[in-house]
Amino acid sequence: MRYAPHTEEDVRRALDAIGVASVGELFADVPAELLDPELDLPEAMDEVTLMDHLQELASRDDARSPSFLGGGVRRHFLPAVTRHLAMQSEFVTAYTPYQPEVSQGVLQATFEYQTIMSELTGLPVSNASMYDGASAVAEAALLAIRATRRDKIFVSRGVHPESRDVLETYLHALDAEIHVVDLDDLATPVPSELGDAAALIVQNPNHLGRLETMDALADAAHDAGALFVSVVDPLSLAILRTPGEVGADIAVGEGQPLGVPLQYGGPHFGFMVVSEALVRQLPGRLVGETRDVDGRRGFVLTLQAREQHIRRGKAKSNICSNHQLAALMATVNVAALGPHGLREMAEGTVRNAHALADRLEREGYAVVRSGPFFAEFPLRISRDARALRRDLQREGVRAGLPIPAEYGLGDAVLITATELTRPSDVDALVAALSAVGERAGEVAHG
Amino acid sequence: MAEHDAPLLFERSRPGRRGVRPPVVDGPEMAELLGEASLRSEPPRLPEVSELDLVRHFTQLAHRQFSIDGNVYPLGSCTMKYNPKVHEDAAALFTDLHPSQDPEGAQGVLELLWRLQGGLATVTGMDDVSLQPAAGAHGELTGILMIRAYHVARGENEQRRVVIVPDAAHGTNPATAGMVGYRVVEVPTAADGEVDVEALKAKLGPDTAAVMLTNPSTIGIFESRIREIADAAHAVGAQLYYDGANLNAIVGKARPGDMGFDVVHLNLHKTFTTPHGGGGPGTGPVGVKAHLAPYLPRPVIGRDGDRFTIDDDRPESIGRMRSYFGNVGNLVRAYAYLRSLGAAGLADVAEMAVLNANYLRVRLAQQGFASAYDRTCMHEFVAQPPAGIRTLDIAKALLDEGMHPMTVYFPLNVKEAMMVEPTETESLESLDAYAETLGAILRRAQDDPAWLAEAPRTTPVRRLDELTAARHPILRWTPRDEPASDAAD
Repeated sequence: MRYAPHTEEDVRRALDAIGVASVGELFADVPAELLDPELDLPEAMDEVTLMDHLQELASRDDARSPSFLGGGVRRHFLPAVTRHLAMQSEFVTAYTPYQPEVSQGVLQATFEYQTIMSELTGLPVSNASMYDGASAVAEAALLAIRATRRDKIFVSRGVHPESRDVLETYLHALDAEIHVVDLDDLATPVPSELGDAAALIVQNPNHLGRLETMDALADAAHDAGALFVSVVDPLSLAILRTPGEVGADIAVGEGQPLGVPLQYGGPHFGFMVVSEALVRQLPGRLVGETRDVDGRRGFVLTLQAREQHIRRGKAKSNICSNHQLAALMATVNVAALGPHGLREMAEGTVRNAHALADRLEREGYAVVRSGPFFAEFPLRISRDARALRRDLQREGVRAGLPIPAEYGLGDAVLITATELTRPSDVDALVAALSAVGERAGEVAHG
Repeated sequence: MAEHDAPLLFERSRPGRRGVRPPVVDGPEMAELLGEASLRSEPPRLPEVSELDLVRHFTQLAHRQFSIDGNVYPLGSCTMKYNPKVHEDAAALFTDLHPSQDPEGAQGVLELLWRLQGGLATVTGMDDVSLQPAAGAHGELTGILMIRAYHVARGENEQRRVVIVPDAAHGTNPATAGMVGYRVVEVPTAADGEVDVEALKAKLGPDTAAVMLTNPSTIGIFESRIREIADAAHAVGAQLYYDGANLNAIVGKARPGDMGFDVVHLNLHKTFTTPHGGGGPGTGPVGVKAHLAPYLPRPVIGRDGDRFTIDDDRPESIGRMRSYFGNVGNLVRAYAYLRSLGAAGLADVAEMAVLNANYLRVRLAQQGFASAYDRTCMHEFVAQPPAGIRTLDIAKALLDEGMHPMTVYFPLNVKEAMMVEPTETESLESLDAYAETLGAILRRAQDDPAWLAEAPRTTPVRRLDELTAARHPILRWTPRDEPASDAAD
C-alpha cells in the first residue's frame, strides 16, 4: 500500500520547484556507502492480504474463553459508547495541545479526567496521565526522593511484582536503597523501623487481592517523616476508603480497570494524584483552567517549568508523550457509567469474587483467606502454577496467574472475578480444574 | 458564573440521571463483605449524565479540536502523518487478550510481536529489539540505562559520568541523562547546521558515557560526518545513542546501525504512524547492537522452533521498564504498516517526506520565510519570519485559516524558530495552500501589525492567559457549593 499522494507529475513539479534533477539529489548529504541498503523484509501487502494475515494470527489467540486473570488489569464492562466516543478521529489523530486555542477538546477532557481522578482518590491534584501503573510507582518514588531529599524507599511486598521490578530499574542508577516489607498473613504489617525513609509504598488491594490497613501504615510513614504512597485500583475507589481519607501524600496506579481494553497489556494508562504540597514536584503534563482575551473559560497546559522541554537536564522527569488517549477513554467511561454505575461494577466485582471463593471452597479447593479482599484471592494448588495455567488453557479456561515464590504460598495462583463473571464461567472453571486433575482436598488449607 | 460555550461534564450533571448500566450482580452489602472500615465515607462526585448527553458532550469537544484528519498539521519533529484507518481494524483483532494468559493461548500475538522485533531490527540495522518502552522518552531512558549497564560491566561506570548532546537536541535527551544521574554537556551547532564536530571531539574523553544524536538533526539536516563522529566516540570508549524522532527522513534509505550507532529508539507514533492520541500513547521500541543485547529490558519475545515464547530469564537485563510487553495495540498498528509497505514502500515514505519538506522550504522562502540554514533539508526545516515579526503571532493567525502551526520556538538555538515537517502524506496542493496562507498572513501583518496581534479571532477560544493559569493554578473542577477558587465571574 502507499499513503503518499504523489503522482509522477507531482514529483516532477516538486523537483523543478526545488531546482534539483532527481529525488536522489536530495539525499546527497547521506554518505553513499550508507544509502539504500538491501532490506530483508517481506513483500508489501494490499489491504485484503494484510487483514487475512492478521486474522490468521488472531485466530491463534484465545480472546473468548472465560477468564479469571487479573493482577492489576482485568476485563470489565466497556460500553460501546465509550469506545465510539473516545476513538473519534479528532482525539485519535491530534497531538499534545501545544496550541490551546484549537485543542480545547483534549484540554477540557483532560481537565475533566484530572477532576475524576481527584474525586476517586480524594487527593487534590492529578497529572494528565503516566504510561502505566508500574512506571507511575517508580515515578512516585522518584518524587518522594526529590521532595524529602532522602534516598531510602520502603515498599510492601504486596505491591505488584512487576511494579517493584520497574521501581528497581528506575532507582538502580541513583544509588537509592529499596527495602521490601514482607507480608504477614497476606497483609502488610506496620514496619517497626522506617528510619529515614523517603517513602513507604503500599498497594491496596495488594497483589494477593487483600485489603490493607492503610490508615495505620500512613501514620507510620508520617511518623518517620516519610511520604505515604498509596498504589490503588481506581475502580475499587468507587467504594473503598480513599488515599485522601487515609492521609496518603501520593496516589498512583494502573488505570486500565476504569475503562481501557486489555490489548495484551497496553496501551493502558497510569495515574498520579498528589497533595497540594507536592504539586510543583509532579512529573508529566498538567492542565489548568484560565480565561481568554474575551473572558471566556479555556484550558491550557500549565506549570510547565517542571517539564523536560523547558527544564531539560533539570526536569522532574523526562516524560513527554503520556497515555492521553487511554486516559480520555477512561474519562468517557466514568461519565458513561456515572457514580452509580461505577459503584455497581465495583460491588459486582466484590460479590462475584466472594461467591467464586465460596464456590471453590465448597468444591474443596484451598482458597487462602485472611481478611477482606476485592477482586481476587490466592488459591493453593498441587502442581507448578505455570503448568496449571497451561493445562487450564488447554481446557478452554484462562485462569491461574502464577503467584511468585517470594510470597511463600508454595504452588499458588491468583484467581480473579469481575462483574462480568457469569455463573456458567464459574462452572467452566470448576469443570476445568477437575478435568486437568487438580483434585479438591489435596492441598492443605493455609 | 456566565454560561460557558462548552460546559464541563460536571456542569451537565443532574442528580439521579444515568447513562449506561452495568450488569446487575445481587449479593450481600459491602459492609458485610469488606467491613465498614474499608469503605469510603462519601461517594465520589462524578458526572451523572444520560448517554445522549455524553455523546453530545464528547462530540462537541471533538469539534473544538484540530487533528490530522481535519487539518494540515506540519508540527516539526512530530511527524504528523496520516494514520491509516485499516490499522484501527487491525488493532481491534487483539483487544481482548489478557497479558498474563498462557502463551499457548497467545501464539498469534506473540508471533506478531516477534516478527515486528525482527522487522524493526532490519529497518534500523541493529541486532536485537525490545518493544517494551511506552514512548520515545521511555525508550531513551531504556537506552541510557543499557549504556550504563555496559559501562558497569566493563568497570568504567565510575569514570564515565558525562552524556554529550547537541544544543539543538530534544529536551528529553538531557532530561533522560539527568534521570540516570549523568552530567549533560552540550555541543554547539556549526554554521552549516550540522553539529560542530571539532567541538564534539574536544569534549569526548574517558569521562564520556554516551553521545546522543538525532540524525537528521532537529534542524532537519543530515549529519554528513556521522561515521567520523561514531569513530571518535568509540575511540574513547563512549556509546552512540540514536534518537529516532526523525527516522521518517531516512526510513528504508539508510540505517542508524550502519552509521555506527549502538542504541536506537524508534517513535512508532511518528515514523510508523501509530496515532498520537492527543498526546499519547506513544510507543518507543529500542534496538541495540549485539554487545548491548544482554542488557535489554525483560522480557523479550523469543522463538523456540515453531513456538513463540516470553523470555524473562535474562540475568544481565537492566530489568523491567514497565508492566507486560509494551503498547501492544500500537505495536499491531506498526506491524500492519510495516507489512503494508515493505522495503520499497518504506524508502518511498522517506523520499516523499524529504521531497515535500524541500518543496515547502522553497515555497516558504518565496513567501518571505527564509530557512535558518540555506541548504537542502531532509524531512523538516527551520524557517524564520522577517525581522520584527513574531513567530507566535504567525502561528496564531494560521489557526484562523484552519491550519495547525509548525513547531514554534524550537530548536532553541534558532531565534523565532519555525520548525516545519509536512510529512509524505500531504499533497503539493496542500503545501501550496499552506505556503500561500503564510505569505498572505505575513503581507497583511507587515501592513497592519495590530491585526496580527489580535489573532486568532475565529477559534473556540482566543489567546489564553497562561500566566494566570500558572500563578493561580486551577487544576480541577470544584462544585459551586464549595469555596471555589474559580470566582472570576
